[in-house]
Amino acid sequence: MLAKRIIPCLDVKDGQTVKGTNFVNLRHAGDPVELGRAYSECGADELVFLDITASHEGRKTFATMVERVAATLSIPFTVGGGINEISDVDRMLSAGADKVSINSAALRRPELIDEITRHYGSQVCVVAIDARQEADGTWQCYVNGGRVPVGKSLFDWAHEAQERGAGEILFTSMNHDGVKNGFANEALRQLADNLTIPIIASGGAGKMEHFRDAFLHGHVDAALAASVFHFGEIGIPQLKQYLKGENINVRL
Amino acid sequence: MNVAIVDYHAGNIYSVIHALERLGVNPILTDDAEKISKADKVLFPGQGEAHQAMQYLRQHKLDEVICSLKQPILGICIGQQLMCRYSEEGNTQCLGIFDIDVKRFQPQRHEDKVPHMGWNSLTDTQTPLFKGFTGDEFVYFVHSFYVPQCPWTIATTHYITPFSAALQRNNFYATQFHPEKSGSVGEKILQNFLNL
Repeated sequence: MLAKRIIPCLDVKDGQTVKGTNFVNLRHAGDPVELGRAYSECGADELVFLDITASHEGRKTFATMVERVAATLSIPFTVGGGINEISDVDRMLSAGADKVSINSAALRRPELIDEITRHYGSQVCVVAIDARQEADGTWQCYVNGGRVPVGKSLFDWAHEAQERGAGEILFTSMNHDGVKNGFANEALRQLADNLTIPIIASGGAGKMEHFRDAFLHGHVDAALAASVFHFGEIGIPQLKQYLKGENINVRL
Repeated sequence: MNVAIVDYHAGNIYSVIHALERLGVNPILTDDAEKISKADKVLFPGQGEAHQAMQYLRQHKLDEVICSLKQPILGICIGQQLMCRYSEEGNTQCLGIFDIDVKRFQPQRHEDKVPHMGWNSLTDTQTPLFKGFTGDEFVYFVHSFYVPQCPWTIATTHYITPFSAALQRNNFYATQFHPEKSGSVGEKILQNFLNL
């Protein structure tokens, strides 16, 4: 049976991971390559490296880092941040990434999804969506790190992304992100039950039960988190043992 | 050890090269018939579309080279599918090493998403390629077409239907999954292959 996936997300700035970590035995705790390897060895199913660098120089550093990750890591990994056109995708895949995650650029120019899919196949294209549930109950998409609303509903945009060939949807609920009170399971379930491509839950992980609920009630295929893993609040081996005990199929 | 990777411009093969390098092998990437024939071990990886891939192999006479090999060769992903008789993808006549047809997954329920992507388990593993396996192993798949179970099946995975996760006939080995992306389990399979 296909396993549910657990995906740590690493924010990278100027070639270094941004958030602190509790990983011991790392010579350079800020080195994304060593951190990625540590996650791989403790059972992460995939990794996401998000480039939050603004400068052009920093972007070059990121590409070099991707090459080092590809040489070191033997599990799939996705890169995101600053991917605006097909040449950016080409550069990341040439450096050895398995998938790219696109966010604001796809909302600004949805054809980017078609282009990536046509060139490299659906499985390469992860469409990340940041959305907020407004006071009227609707879910609205935001760009530029969640600062600017674009007047598109989460469900309409996710459906359009699928029709254009996206391989997966990575949905971050801005209401839940950072609150550590669980994932946006109702919205996730609506996505998972209506789309035919895998859904990755993001935003809200605080306890192991939250992952269980995302799989059981949110019907997602994968769950992504950052700080609970980086700070060692939840260990991936313990999380996977727990999920297995809850009858969720995971890779041990 | 002299290891050749068949170069036929089918997707990103850097992860295969890196995986072999981590095992202490420096493979050569080549479409040269002589270099491939003289290698101790040959890898035939790739992603992409079957029809275009076969066209490239025929144009460069690599189809004849692959079929004539006597040393162990390992097809990966589209490599496994191309080693079969025929693929529904692009209505393609393939190499015919395994006398079986490649089919497209037909979803039966909403949960049956295509492509089959992610970690799935191997059962009924046979041959030295899976030496040391206990039956609990997961490997990484990304594919929309599959090889049904057949007399050459040496590992089975269940997704929509039971299918051939790996095949073997004489010196010809193939996996539908990506050992180069399957963590320590994949490393063990590649090492087992190098040990053949």
